[in-house]
Amino acid sequence: MKRFGSYGEGIPGLDLADLTGWLIVIEGPDGVGRSTHVSRLREHLERLGYAVAETGLSRSDLASRGISRAKQGNTLGSNAFNLYYATDFADRLEHQIVPALRAGFVMLTDRYIYSLIARAIVRGADGEWIKNVYSFSLKPDAVFYLRTDAEELVPRVLEAGGFDYWESGMDMPMGEDLYDSFINYQRRVIQELDILATEFEFDTLDATRSVEENADQLARRVSQLLEATESLRGERSTA
Amino acid sequence: MQPENRDRFPGGDALPEFPPSAESVKRRPRPKRGATASARTRGEILYGSRVADYPGRLFIVEGIDGSGKSTQLTLLAQWLRGKGYPVVFSEWNSSPIVKSTTSRGKKRKLLTPLTFSLIHATDFSDRVEREIIPSLKAGAIVLADRYVYTAFARDVTRGVPPRWVRSLYRFAAVPTMAFYFRVPLVTALKRILSGRPSLKWYEAGMDLDLDADVEESYKLFQGRILTEYEQIVKEYDLQVIDAIKPVEVQQRLLRQAIQPHIEHIARTGELV
Repeated sequence: MKRFGSYGEGIPGLDLADLTGWLIVIEGPDGVGRSTHVSRLREHLERLGYAVAETGLSRSDLASRGISRAKQGNTLGSNAFNLYYATDFADRLEHQIVPALRAGFVMLTDRYIYSLIARAIVRGADGEWIKNVYSFSLKPDAVFYLRTDAEELVPRVLEAGGFDYWESGMDMPMGEDLYDSFINYQRRVIQELDILATEFEFDTLDATRSVEENADQLARRVSQLLEATESLRGERSTA
Repeated sequence: MQPENRDRFPGGDALPEFPPSAESVKRRPRPKRGATASARTRGEILYGSRVADYPGRLFIVEGIDGSGKSTQLTLLAQWLRGKGYPVVFSEWNSSPIVKSTTSRGKKRKLLTPLTFSLIHATDFSDRVEREIIPSLKAGAIVLADRYVYTAFARDVTRGVPPRWVRSLYRFAAVPTMAFYFRVPLVTALKRILSGRPSLKWYEAGMDLDLDADVEESYKLFQGRILTEYEQIVKEYDLQVIDAIKPVEVQQRLLRQAIQPHIEHIARTGELV
């Protein structure tokens, strides 16, 4: 049975019918607590007996070093950065995500193409163009969007060691100092994510609620989703 | 699609919807041909501005390995410099930041058709933004050895969807003139294989599993690229140069062809 689909013409040479796992995406702005939820969700699913794998942005074997080098110098063109991220993403899709799905894992992804599309649009890329660039991607089983306002991110960012140059959009920049630029930049990113949330039908969670509440919600919704597709596949024994 | 997008390069008027319908996925791109398409798309550049709006001019050469295009471009550069024109040379796959990733991917054989395509687009994009456009703004004659058409030919040969790779490069500036050096496969192979015996993995298309022998694989790969190029020549109206003609004859043709486009460009030692 063919469960996975692609947004476009897909990955050259890949047969989607081979993919039996699940692709679950956690989206949201910088500092909203995505990684906390990824690890909570992982524990929960492993307790239920699922094999779980994780990936996140700029973690590819191919391009992650190049990207961090380019970030240090800020010497790469802005559009080239968009494509560097796309390269990194494609490498992870083909070498991490697809193999895990083929092996029947639950792949938890800390951000997916949507954050990359949002950051590119905020930096002036044409929306239709960047969506087309990412049209080789797999459609996830679910996208959970941790939604909050830019101001709400500030305490967490301070706790985590202060404002990051890139997370504050200082490459443009968008304000007189790091704080102003951070707020303006994150506002714009959230604005774009909100638009994408409607377009790609994200499952939105209010990130201003407690971590416990959201973790429970996520655990419940993901379990339901896995059970539903399992019974679809007829692999779950009638216990 | 907004009306101004119609003029965008390449095939900006034929972009697939996202997510695309099942019908559109099956359709192979059939871009418009002939005078209308080229007149409207020539001179388009990143996000709407035009090469023609800048004082500089962009000339590019394309062709398979061994077509003699690099020799011709070098001769052209020397001639232009001799006449006092400001010349900037831009080579395929040369962005300093991206290069390390590309060679890492190639050395370790990490590249798939998809990432091969994307990393070259990254490299190209960096050169467009930081080298080609600023030079055109500054009034230089930019000469590029290989351009987006190289990606269209190679990546599609590797199995990347033609429509996707064209849309990927939509940010590129359309050259003032693009020359395609047409050469029979046997001639090109003889030139390359007699002088340089060690072919690299991706260069020989070994990732395509065409043949276990590197040289055989290279021949088959080049043959397929040549077929793609012929399609591209028609699609984008590239100026064809018969690359079996003597070097000096080809060079003369090239100089004649670009002459009318550079007369307005300021030369050193010349009063403006």
